[in-house]
Amino acid sequence: MPRLVSHPDEVKIVSRRFGQGATNIDRYIELGGYEAAKKALAQGPDWIINEMKASNLRGRGGAGFSTGMKWSFVPKQSAKPKSVLVNGDESEPGTCKDHLIFLHDPHSVIEGTIIAGLAIGAKTGFIYLRGEYRYLLEIVEKAVAAAYAHGFLGKRIFGSDTEFQIITQTGAGAYEVGEESALMESLEGKRGIPRIKPPFPAVVGLYGGPTIINNAETIATVPHIISMGAAPYAEIGTPRNGGTRLFCLSGHVERPGVYELPMGYNLKKMIYEVGGGIAGGRALKAVVPGGSSTPVLLPEEIDIGMDFDQVGKAGSMLGSGGVVVIDDHTCMVEFALRTIAFYQHESCGWCIPCREGTDWLKKSLSRFHAGFGRAADIDNIRRIAENILGRTFCPLGDAAAMPTIAFVKKFRKEFEDHLNGRPCPFAKEGVPQLAVV
Amino acid sequence: MTTRLGILRDSEQKMPDVTFTVDGKKLTAPAGTLLIDACRKAGIEIPAFCYYPGLSLQAACRMCVVRQEKVPKLQTACTTMVAEGQSFITESEEIAAARKGTIELLLGNHPLDCPVCDAGGECELQDMNFKYGAGESLYTEAKRHRDEQQWSPAVFYDRPRCILCYRCTRICGEGMDVWALGIENRNASSVIAPNLGNRLDCEQCGMCIDICPVGALTSGAYRYKTRPWEMNHVSTVCTHCGDGCKVTLGIRTSTEGAEIIRGDNRDKSGINNDFLCAKGRFGFDFVDHPDRLTKPLVRNSAGTLEPATWEHALRIAATKLKEIRDTRSGAAIGVIGSNRTTNEENYLLQKFARTVLGTNNIDHERTTDYAAFARALAGHPGKTATLREIGRAPAILLIGGDPTNEHPLLAWQIRTNVRLNRARLYIANSKPIKLDRQAKATQEIPAGGYKNLAEFLDSGQSDFSKAVLAEESLIVIFGEEFRSAAVDELVAWGLKRGNIRFAYLGDHSNSRGAADMGLFPDLLPGYVPVTAPGAFAEYPNLPSTHGRTLPQMFEAAANGELGALFVVGANPISRLELDPEALRDTLVIVQDLFLTETAALADVVLPAASLYEKSGTVTNSFGDVQLARKAADRPGVRPDFEILVRLAGAMGVDVKTLVPFAHGSVTGDLGQSRGAQAGEADRHSVWLEANGLEPKLSPFDSLALLDEIQRLVPGYAPSESFDRFSLFAGNDVPSELGNSPGFVPISTLRGPDLIAPNHDGLFTSATLGRYCRGLTELEQHQETVKEAVAAAD
Amino acid sequence: MKPGVASIFSPTLAARFDVLVEKYPVKRSALIPMLLYAQDEAGYLSEAVIAEIARRLSLTELEVRNVASYYSMLRFKPAGRYNIQVCTNICCMLKGAYDVLDRFREELHIDPNGTTPDGLFSLEEVECIGACCWGPAIQVNYDFHDEIKPDHVPGIVGGYRGKAQAEGKK
Repeated sequence: MPRLVSHPDEVKIVSRRFGQGATNIDRYIELGGYEAAKKALAQGPDWIINEMKASNLRGRGGAGFSTGMKWSFVPKQSAKPKSVLVNGDESEPGTCKDHLIFLHDPHSVIEGTIIAGLAIGAKTGFIYLRGEYRYLLEIVEKAVAAAYAHGFLGKRIFGSDTEFQIITQTGAGAYEVGEESALMESLEGKRGIPRIKPPFPAVVGLYGGPTIINNAETIATVPHIISMGAAPYAEIGTPRNGGTRLFCLSGHVERPGVYELPMGYNLKKMIYEVGGGIAGGRALKAVVPGGSSTPVLLPEEIDIGMDFDQVGKAGSMLGSGGVVVIDDHTCMVEFALRTIAFYQHESCGWCIPCREGTDWLKKSLSRFHAGFGRAADIDNIRRIAENILGRTFCPLGDAAAMPTIAFVKKFRKEFEDHLNGRPCPFAKEGVPQLAVV
Repeated sequence: MTTRLGILRDSEQKMPDVTFTVDGKKLTAPAGTLLIDACRKAGIEIPAFCYYPGLSLQAACRMCVVRQEKVPKLQTACTTMVAEGQSFITESEEIAAARKGTIELLLGNHPLDCPVCDAGGECELQDMNFKYGAGESLYTEAKRHRDEQQWSPAVFYDRPRCILCYRCTRICGEGMDVWALGIENRNASSVIAPNLGNRLDCEQCGMCIDICPVGALTSGAYRYKTRPWEMNHVSTVCTHCGDGCKVTLGIRTSTEGAEIIRGDNRDKSGINNDFLCAKGRFGFDFVDHPDRLTKPLVRNSAGTLEPATWEHALRIAATKLKEIRDTRSGAAIGVIGSNRTTNEENYLLQKFARTVLGTNNIDHERTTDYAAFARALAGHPGKTATLREIGRAPAILLIGGDPTNEHPLLAWQIRTNVRLNRARLYIANSKPIKLDRQAKATQEIPAGGYKNLAEFLDSGQSDFSKAVLAEESLIVIFGEEFRSAAVDELVAWGLKRGNIRFAYLGDHSNSRGAADMGLFPDLLPGYVPVTAPGAFAEYPNLPSTHGRTLPQMFEAAANGELGALFVVGANPISRLELDPEALRDTLVIVQDLFLTETAALADVVLPAASLYEKSGTVTNSFGDVQLARKAADRPGVRPDFEILVRLAGAMGVDVKTLVPFAHGSVTGDLGQSRGAQAGEADRHSVWLEANGLEPKLSPFDSLALLDEIQRLVPGYAPSESFDRFSLFAGNDVPSELGNSPGFVPISTLRGPDLIAPNHDGLFTSATLGRYCRGLTELEQHQETVKEAVAAAD
Repeated sequence: MKPGVASIFSPTLAARFDVLVEKYPVKRSALIPMLLYAQDEAGYLSEAVIAEIARRLSLTELEVRNVASYYSMLRFKPAGRYNIQVCTNICCMLKGAYDVLDRFREELHIDPNGTTPDGLFSLEEVECIGACCWGPAIQVNYDFHDEIKPDHVPGIVGGYRGKAQAEGKK
């Protein structure tokens, strides 16, 4: 069982029921569960969407798009059935928040899905979990069964005339499937290759019908917003960045873990106070602020509020909330290599720049880190990344390119230290550690 | 259908025109047109690997990136639909840099084995790199390698060369409806994979090979044979089935003359556009089969065939024919023509038979009842459908047959029409066929029940007939299941309904031409009755009574009434299972490519050129007339046309009465038949063609007869649509069946027994097919994999 | 499933598949879960497994292979009874995942993608498994083990060995 952590600065909304036994539906109801769904059912779709807009909730998957806006794009009338699709394909390195939501509070996802369905007039919701989360899928499936047994799902939810069904689905190992259109492909039993947009999912999505796709954390937040009201929720965060967020603090911090903090919480404070500072009393070298695809920040760049806009201004991205803390004993070339090895492995292979670019980068960085680098490689690695940037079919190419460019730009000295046949300065026993998957 | 991307362009839905700007030029196109299409139409080339007209969109290669005003990122032109007022830049430093970057990435793992690659010299990656790529590579890493795979005798796959444009998977799936190719693995390990793991179970059409922009998919028939630039390309017409695909033959000069190295569909101007089946693509190797006849053979006194000179063989043949004609009359000679020789040859053959031999004993191996079809349509022009029209008709009723196997291009036209234009296909058949998958409705017909179909439809009692009758305009396609009276009834039904046009399917490349050119004992060219010859009255000594049908000739021979049988490009002994004994006392002269069962019985065998070794026109099942051009050259053989002229000459005929060459004072240049690569005379002919003049200088130039055909044969008369320049430019021009005069059926000359359809499949082609080694191999491969699949189930 | 065609799967799994193909609006959606569950039972996606799944979903075997080969958890060769998957992605790497991986190598005498001769264990280096705050993390089949130190390795291996023995005795 993953360790649960806690800090006084936390504002527990989404994580409020963690460790409270809320996987049990009766316990969930006791803790106020399914009241939001009933409220939403009574208030109707327009009200729900307005509340969502007013809450300033922005998608927790990484792109940070306004959830209320996204829902409002779904046409009222549709010949094909509409769907809600919950993205639980949590795969961005550094991110493990949905893991805890499914583990501790699966009903919040179910309830959020029902509310989303009510908002757009969908009769079916799909909850997709990555294949590695088998034990979580079993928890979610039990919770869904319980919700059916209580009449919260089915032909007449909560005794109303409204129908809503939830279907669970498992992946089988593919980061790319976290991209919303690839997720739909995967759910339809296909290779996880993104679709051409337009049409956007809100118009033509799952099985050809209008679909909204939201991250599991986003969906789990929805019942809380409906219950507490949009305005109080929005007030918690910073302007245009409503509420709280589950930050996954990992790497070289004293107290790693998932903390729910207000949007805009200071990153430096998060690392040094919430996380208890750098483990073993070492010095901070770098921070990856929002999952492995976000450009790395230097220690002098981390005195910023963690919301979409402020991190963006600092030249990186809030991403999926995975804050990876790196101490001064770490080889940044190896870190860059491990990052790109991941994107190479996960590239779907569809488009040329991503498929070939990540492959080239991985090979070059492997060689470079192994001590066979040449001076020209440093600029070339950056150039290859720039050749990928903005030119790929889906955002995965950018996810690989952006951090690579930042590593070279901000840690050029470390790259240079690897040159001239010298092995990695950080390698143990003089043998470079090769990360080859 | 599992098209990954749901973007289908609906040609029925006419969108209003919009105006937008590309590179400062104002362009107009219907709203929603893909930018890449709109640009290409306007002559602005946007590079792309994955984009392919008519196939689903991929946006995978990222080469077609353009800059759209007010849009932050470069956009792919293949997915951008034009709208009013948009503005685009398609060439700039930024765009060139993006394309260069993408090519550089692509070349990382690409093996760059261009010097030994089949595609070297005609590779889109090379061309693209030439235009946008860098002269140097900064790639210093190891390249990914995988061993080459052989998927079938036809298809080889070289993974490292593959750029994953997914054209092959789409043409196989969307285009061919075969779905034999897929994509396995992901990231840089992605590969194209065939359906049986490492082997292909498919129609072996080879479309994947041709559509491959690089040398990843190569052809078993062609690989490592030559460098592309060592070939000349001759665009001609396939010699196999009755659909008449244009095929481009890659020709290389050899010690033997000019050999065919490759068949493909590089000339996309034909009816078949992208399409070619296995026969068109691989079925050219009969030309250099070791059994090919290259010397005339004459039966010696010991009764064995032995090689002879042309002069000797022709003299023997001429002397004996003349002798029989003069001593026993023309009625004692029978002539059998071919389903594969050109219109000019067929025309000449019947003219030779009628005016030189003095007989109407002329027939051919009929594969379908075109005579009945012509008679039923007599006086009703405009009621037949060309193969192009079938490709854009809103509704089609297909009765009987199995186009996928027997008329692959027809099947392609129908499939493509359904897929891209949402045409409505109705199928009435006694058995399930593959095209059922494209059908809007199907109707099972009892095997013998086709003749009642019109009645069934008229009854309007089933949903099927209601749907068919509700169509405003309908093309009805049928085949040999309808003969004589059944053809009359079906056509009469269609004429009565008024909104119906027809296509009637025959077997071989010029089966329709053989019928149109009068290889009938009772019908002159254009289905003009011999009893009322009309314009053909100009033929000297035209016999006015009908002659013997093919079976009747054999009966006559058996009864000792046939002194000579002259067979051109036909093998009735094998095909119609006739008794060779019947010809025991008959002089047999055969012109053919091989020593067929019929040729083996002959007293004189004259080695003929194949369709790929001569020029002339052919007419497909649909009445589309096309120009076949001489591609290969083989020493020893002569075109049937030339043989006939020489034979007539040897019989003492003034050949100008047969072939109106050398009008005025121009004298013949006998170099015409030497072939398109053979020097002076050919350059002369090229010049004549280029200047709009016909090269009719030689008695052996078959096109010299086209004038006469156009003058005398109803349906081939010059018209706006039957345009000679268009024909000579390589286009298909429609003939007209409804212009024939009509005639009274003569019962003895009719009857279903005269029709012997061959039902050739994807890898067979009557007698000729036996000598297509590549096709035999493919057929064996397919049998083996089918057995393996059956065993696994 | 055509009547009369025998299933290669256990009656329980076959019954589960019968339900699964009806679960989604489109039958094909059952493909990925079926592949995963079939692999759980059969150990890997053999030709026979692919053929039966294709038959059950009215897909071609090619389509099934195209999809299966895309997903990294699906395999076409047998793995050990306990497939030890060590995450070495950034967060786990920072916390010493490679030391853990090395320790498994030593303990099992196999390299990544190898299987022990007794077929009990296989070792795999895997990408992020969503346990970033609790690294280094591993998964043995579907079981997560968090905050692994190299010293934990013999205990983990021993635990599964014992489990196998206990199950073998039953």
